[in-house]
Amino acid sequence: MSSDIYKDIILDYYRHPRNFGDLPNADIRVKDANPLCGDVIEMQLKVQDGKVEDIRFKGKGCAISQASASMLTETVKGKTLDETKALGKQDVLNLLGIDPGPTRIKCALLGLKVMKLAVYGFLGQSVTDEVKQLV
Amino acid sequence: MVQKLDTINTSKIREDFPILKRQVNGKPLVYFDNAATSQKPTAVIEAIASYYKNYNANIHRGIHKLAEEATLAYEDAREKSAKFVNAGYPEEIIFVRNATEGINLVANSWGRTNVGKGDKIVITIMEHHSNIVPWQLLAQQTGAQIEFIEITDDGMLRQDQLERAIDNSTKIVAVTHASNVLGTINPVNTIGKLAHRHGALFLVDAAQSVPHMKVDVRDIDCDFMVFSGHKMMSPTGIGVLYGKREHLERMPPFLGGGEMIKEVHTTNASWNDIPYKFEAGTPDIAGVIGLGAAIDYLNRLGIENIHVHEQQITGYALSKISTVEGVKVYGPKSPKDRVGVISFNLGDIHAHDLASILDEEGIAIRSGHHCAQPLMEFIGVPAMSRISFYAYNTEEEVDVFTEALGKAGRLFKL
Repeated sequence: MSSDIYKDIILDYYRHPRNFGDLPNADIRVKDANPLCGDVIEMQLKVQDGKVEDIRFKGKGCAISQASASMLTETVKGKTLDETKALGKQDVLNLLGIDPGPTRIKCALLGLKVMKLAVYGFLGQSVTDEVKQLV
Repeated sequence: MVQKLDTINTSKIREDFPILKRQVNGKPLVYFDNAATSQKPTAVIEAIASYYKNYNANIHRGIHKLAEEATLAYEDAREKSAKFVNAGYPEEIIFVRNATEGINLVANSWGRTNVGKGDKIVITIMEHHSNIVPWQLLAQQTGAQIEFIEITDDGMLRQDQLERAIDNSTKIVAVTHASNVLGTINPVNTIGKLAHRHGALFLVDAAQSVPHMKVDVRDIDCDFMVFSGHKMMSPTGIGVLYGKREHLERMPPFLGGGEMIKEVHTTNASWNDIPYKFEAGTPDIAGVIGLGAAIDYLNRLGIENIHVHEQQITGYALSKISTVEGVKVYGPKSPKDRVGVISFNLGDIHAHDLASILDEEGIAIRSGHHCAQPLMEFIGVPAMSRISFYAYNTEEEVDVFTEALGKAGRLFKL
């Protein structure tokens, strides 16, 4: 990994996270942590007609974890739950515009995992192994 | 500035560690993660290889030459370990996997027979998870209570709380000799006296002290002490539990199996003498031999000399780091109150981001909660970065590190 990953856009999302905070009347709130490093992300979703009507996140952790979670919230807002479920690792890497390398990939994917847990939870579906193995 | 004492010849020592010659990301390796695990000298690597090449055999019951040589080397390492911490008897040294296993052994074997409902276990907020979770498990099983001693702003244990918390309901006081986060060297002699005055036993987690300074179990007068080989130039997978003979003899076994028995019948078994009662199954023979070789190596350098060298480099690092804009250092101000461990944060850069940036410069540091989440919560930070030194580290490496901190600050536009 190179420190090129700390591009201005990532620092900007780290210091000024979009969609950060609480969502009153959220339909579902899910929080998860990466036990290895202690990064924490909580996602709060408001769902209307099968779409993510609104979303907020809260969290603590490194720039990569917080920026990727924030970017994801912008991406899924207005998307259908099926579209949200279909998001994968590559989508997150495209958002970040970098490859964080093997030791930091889990930081980048924590937000995606929590987002998927929230959607599966809302739909009352059991979580797939693919989601569990993200982080 | 600390006066140069030249207690050890660092450049000569570095020759003994093959790994220190390697490059990381095109830069010379600066290994500042010694509190996590130390590097190994050629003497240790060769001692392990020699066992496998020349006298590999299972120990104790073999009636052949190889078994005899292996047994001799294994028991020789026990005597070396006993002398290294000034234990009165070699059988007070129990070989375990690591400090964690040593504490689990005490919490299970001694704990379940001596701790009951309403009893108190006193530990501190600066403990590693390995000296918290085994006691929590014991407390859940027995109904005992755990009380945490807090720290001052300087990272020193609160003496007033120690005196208040340790009372006649206290069964054991378990304290780290040196904090793996703050570096604080705790006043174990006085804490031990306080525990004993109230009839409590005293366990010292010496994982961060035994590798770096003279530690004397009889001077401290602890009932138990644990340390890990891999932090003192030995291989991973080998550690030591020291226990006073009077306690070890009365304690029931922790793990059952071969080696730990005198006789086994279908309905019952009787236990072997110490230390074998606590060494069930084939042990890590190569690891023990490696530990013996590491102790020889440390004795050649002189553990007091290592301590002086590390205090010197810690003092130097503390003064250099303080020149970097936006750095917050945790723990005691004076290097004499510390082992060679410095935890810090730089501006709003998360410790993991900082570790990534330094890695690119070939500098290995640790980042995160350092298996001390209660301490992180108490101080109120999610994570810290940590550098930690050993005999082979130099002030020039500290300069490389400080330079890289400045680069990280610029990258994050602090």
